[in-house]
Amino acid sequence: MNIWVSDFFLTGVLAMKRNLLSLAVAATFAFAGAAQAQISDGIVKIGVLNDMSGLYSDITGPGSLSAAKMAVEDYIKSSKSQLKVEVVGADHQNKPDVGSNVARQWYDTDKVDMIADVPTSSVGLAIAKISSDKGKLHVNSGSATADLSGKACNANTIHWAYDTWMLANGTGTAIVKSGGDTWFFLTADYAFGHALERDTEAVVLKNGGKVLGKVRTPFPTQDFSSFLLQAQASKAKIIGLANAGGDTTNSIKQAFEFGITKGGQNLAGMLVFLPDVHSLGLEKAQGLMLTETFYWDLNDQTRAFAKRFAAANGGKYPSMVQAGVYSSVIHYLKAVDAAKTDDGTKVAAKMKELPTDDILFGKGSVRADGRKIHPAYLFQVKKPSESKGPYDYYKLVATIPANEAFRPMADGECPLVAKK
Amino acid sequence: MSNATPLTFKSKSFTHQWVAFVIMVMIFAIAPIWIYPIFLMKVMCFALFACAFNLLLGFGGLLSFGHAMFLGTAGYAAAHAAKVWGWNPELAVLFATACSAGLALVAGMLAIRRQGIYFAMITLALSQMVYFFYLQTPFTGGEDGIQSVPRGKLLGIFDLSENLAMYMFVMAIFLAGFSLIWRIVHSPFGQILKAIRENQDRAISLGYDTDHYKLVAFVISGALAGTAGATKALVFQLASLTDVHWSMSGEVVLMTLVGGLGTLFGPVVGAAVIVSMQNYLAQFGAWVTIIQGLIFVICVMAFRRGVMGEIANWIKKPL
Amino acid sequence: MEIFGIPSQALFGQLLIGLINGSFYALLSLGLAVIFGLLNIINFSHGAQYMLGAFVAYLSLNKLGINYWVSLIVTPLLVGATGVLIEKTMLKRLYKLDHLYGLLLTFGLALIIQGVFRNEFGSSGMPYPAPDVFQGVFNLGFMFLPKYRAWVIGVSLVVCLGTWFVIERTKLGAYLRAATENPSLVQAFGINVPRMVTLTYGFGVALAALAGVMAAPIYQVSPMMGADIIIVVFAVVVVGGMGSIMGAILTGFGLGLVEGLTKVFYPEASNTVIFVIMTIVLLLKPAGLFGTQK
Repeated sequence: MNIWVSDFFLTGVLAMKRNLLSLAVAATFAFAGAAQAQISDGIVKIGVLNDMSGLYSDITGPGSLSAAKMAVEDYIKSSKSQLKVEVVGADHQNKPDVGSNVARQWYDTDKVDMIADVPTSSVGLAIAKISSDKGKLHVNSGSATADLSGKACNANTIHWAYDTWMLANGTGTAIVKSGGDTWFFLTADYAFGHALERDTEAVVLKNGGKVLGKVRTPFPTQDFSSFLLQAQASKAKIIGLANAGGDTTNSIKQAFEFGITKGGQNLAGMLVFLPDVHSLGLEKAQGLMLTETFYWDLNDQTRAFAKRFAAANGGKYPSMVQAGVYSSVIHYLKAVDAAKTDDGTKVAAKMKELPTDDILFGKGSVRADGRKIHPAYLFQVKKPSESKGPYDYYKLVATIPANEAFRPMADGECPLVAKK
Repeated sequence: MSNATPLTFKSKSFTHQWVAFVIMVMIFAIAPIWIYPIFLMKVMCFALFACAFNLLLGFGGLLSFGHAMFLGTAGYAAAHAAKVWGWNPELAVLFATACSAGLALVAGMLAIRRQGIYFAMITLALSQMVYFFYLQTPFTGGEDGIQSVPRGKLLGIFDLSENLAMYMFVMAIFLAGFSLIWRIVHSPFGQILKAIRENQDRAISLGYDTDHYKLVAFVISGALAGTAGATKALVFQLASLTDVHWSMSGEVVLMTLVGGLGTLFGPVVGAAVIVSMQNYLAQFGAWVTIIQGLIFVICVMAFRRGVMGEIANWIKKPL
Repeated sequence: MEIFGIPSQALFGQLLIGLINGSFYALLSLGLAVIFGLLNIINFSHGAQYMLGAFVAYLSLNKLGINYWVSLIVTPLLVGATGVLIEKTMLKRLYKLDHLYGLLLTFGLALIIQGVFRNEFGSSGMPYPAPDVFQGVFNLGFMFLPKYRAWVIGVSLVVCLGTWFVIERTKLGAYLRAATENPSLVQAFGINVPRMVTLTYGFGVALAALAGVMAAPIYQVSPMMGADIIIVVFAVVVVGGMGSIMGAILTGFGLGLVEGLTKVFYPEASNTVIFVIMTIVLLLKPAGLFGTQK
């Protein structure tokens, strides 16, 4: 530390003996020198922690790691930043204990400064707490729970991409308004499923709809036939799938098998990602309504990104989470440069201060409770005849503006938000 | 398991075991200088878990395929006591051990009546029921687990959120548990247990109430497994469903097998090997499962004595 | 008309679904019961072999264009052959040891098989289409029954009863049962007991693979599909009586029905109900419902 300080003084003293231009140049170099001094070990290290081999490996996995690296490359190229950035990845296997282990080791011994991604809400919550305890930073693109910007919020955690409230509100409101006013829930019987069901039910009731029934399916379940039969018997117009991953794809597949959609009922996938639709195939998934905050075919910039991403990832197109990782890393690096430090708490504050703008999510901002705001889109899955090729799966039904898409800050019970 | 390769020894002295014990203590005392302490604490917790399991399998001849229920129950109990009731860590661990012991008593009474594969299946079934129970009840937090468990102050004085203090606490618990098992194995009770393992009918004909002995061994094993689980919950400040899942029961079998069934130090070595492997291969995802499977196969086919068992066989003294 | 508050139509629908699930339990536990009952081997890799069957069917469809009907015969043979290989190279050496070593070996093999496939294919399921002749549903009035599922019930009934018949009522079955009880005596009669044992293991594995092929169009073909079902199937075999073929079949179908009912009245417990039943049965009738104390 002392060496840098004395350098700064020397440079400053020397500069005072020259003309104004030299002074400016010298000052800039001195500032750069001082800024470098505040980046721990001279390197900004980003850790991408997610499910590399399990249920969510297609939605996050190696794709997120590749998205993070692309973000670093793009940012350094476009901003000519002097930062040295390293990206590492690890698998948390969807287990909070494995995730905590990796996070602790990363922060304590491997000098990681920021952890990105982290799908599976239980792991996300654990990482948020550890990051806060150690003064580092966690920018979460993968977890669903809205508690990350609510009850469990802290000054070192920022929640990107999506959350359960946005999903419930987006899908729920739009469907009820378009006529789907009677619902039957198939809920995965664990915390995430209950939360999703509760949030969606609230939205349905608020918009004048009715919930005709619900059934809790053991988590995980392979065979939904008997639950789907119950849904069919209820004659609800909409069958809400408050589940994720394998449960969602299985229930959609079997709903198709039992002719549920042909019988006039529609499925609402509360948490469905593009790779899920890809693995189901359009024949089974057609007509499904879902909400995402990113889709590769929205505009030219997203299309260009998708092409680059696919080239680096064996032809797979980016999911909302992987896009979120890209976008969050870019904004993070911007904030590090602006704050001239990689100290977690300070960068988090800077990320909330600076508005966001990237090629994938457009313009947005990060609120005081750590919630990133951007528009959400209601999509419907195309019929096989409407699709022109692989991954051409969605048609845009409605756009929800950023200020309506996410839960109002005052309702979130986040301790960081002062009660007025 | 009565057909396990019997280790026959002529020497009655336990010097070798004392030497091994001292080496083990020194390793754990010095290692934190070079090796990440949290990793070492994880090894110690799993080592205690494996030692408790080995007491039942290696010395008692009873394969329980549901030991995860003790690890997990104690983890949840300790986490709840520390977080929601605000208890000191030593009380939380004691409480959790008592809970596991209680569960072991009930489970043992149901399972002991049967033998061999049926015993294993009952323990597995009970463990599954416990798993699904914990999945549902709100206090466990389901998939989230109980997070942000405070480590608290030991005896109200020593703040355990410092890694060094926590390390000493964990080491003390591990050594206490290990010594207890050592004492039990070398006691008359331990001898009778081994006799029951070798030939239950003969033990009955000698007048021993074998069911009683097996139940006691089961409860002790369950209780110590619980101690390991409670300590682990405090180290990681998290109690989750992973600890009650049946794959955890499989892992402890693997640790004991690799380290050496029926040896005292085997499970410690086994735990160190498996935990290290999981740690360093974590980035390779599914490879961990494959390698664990390979180790199982190799151990069963060619390496039945395990690491410490082979060493013990080589020096012709029990370890 | 309502029974227990559920309209009878819905109830029959649920029972029928339960019967379909029961078919899978029956097929799988049949293989396990054959292997344990006759060979005293605890085949923990049964779930992985079920998954292998589904995957071989999936791969042969997508890489070699082999259709469902051919797969139905070829896949069990292929996977059964790997079973024979496992038995000859590894399991044979463990017979003289405690049975639990066999359990540990097959458990390890299951981990390897599942790990390899997870590495290759990730954890998401792959789609496998049902053959065209089975697309569509039967309208039964109280529900729509997908034609494919009706086929599943039919096949599993035939296979289960056929196997039971061969083992319990034919000479070949008699040799097999005798060889389990007294191998050296049967060998003295000139019967190649080791080969019979090997082939029987292969047959049990083939049954698992057959169940896998049948399951592929219904459930997504995924590397973990066998991992959780294996524990349930073990429970079924234990409840049925580990040596009893008929016990395994009846308990398999029975469990499907009980689970179906549980899903209607108390769905959260549908995962645990088999274990509760297993504990109760083991306490009251330790050898299982149809088993004989050995």
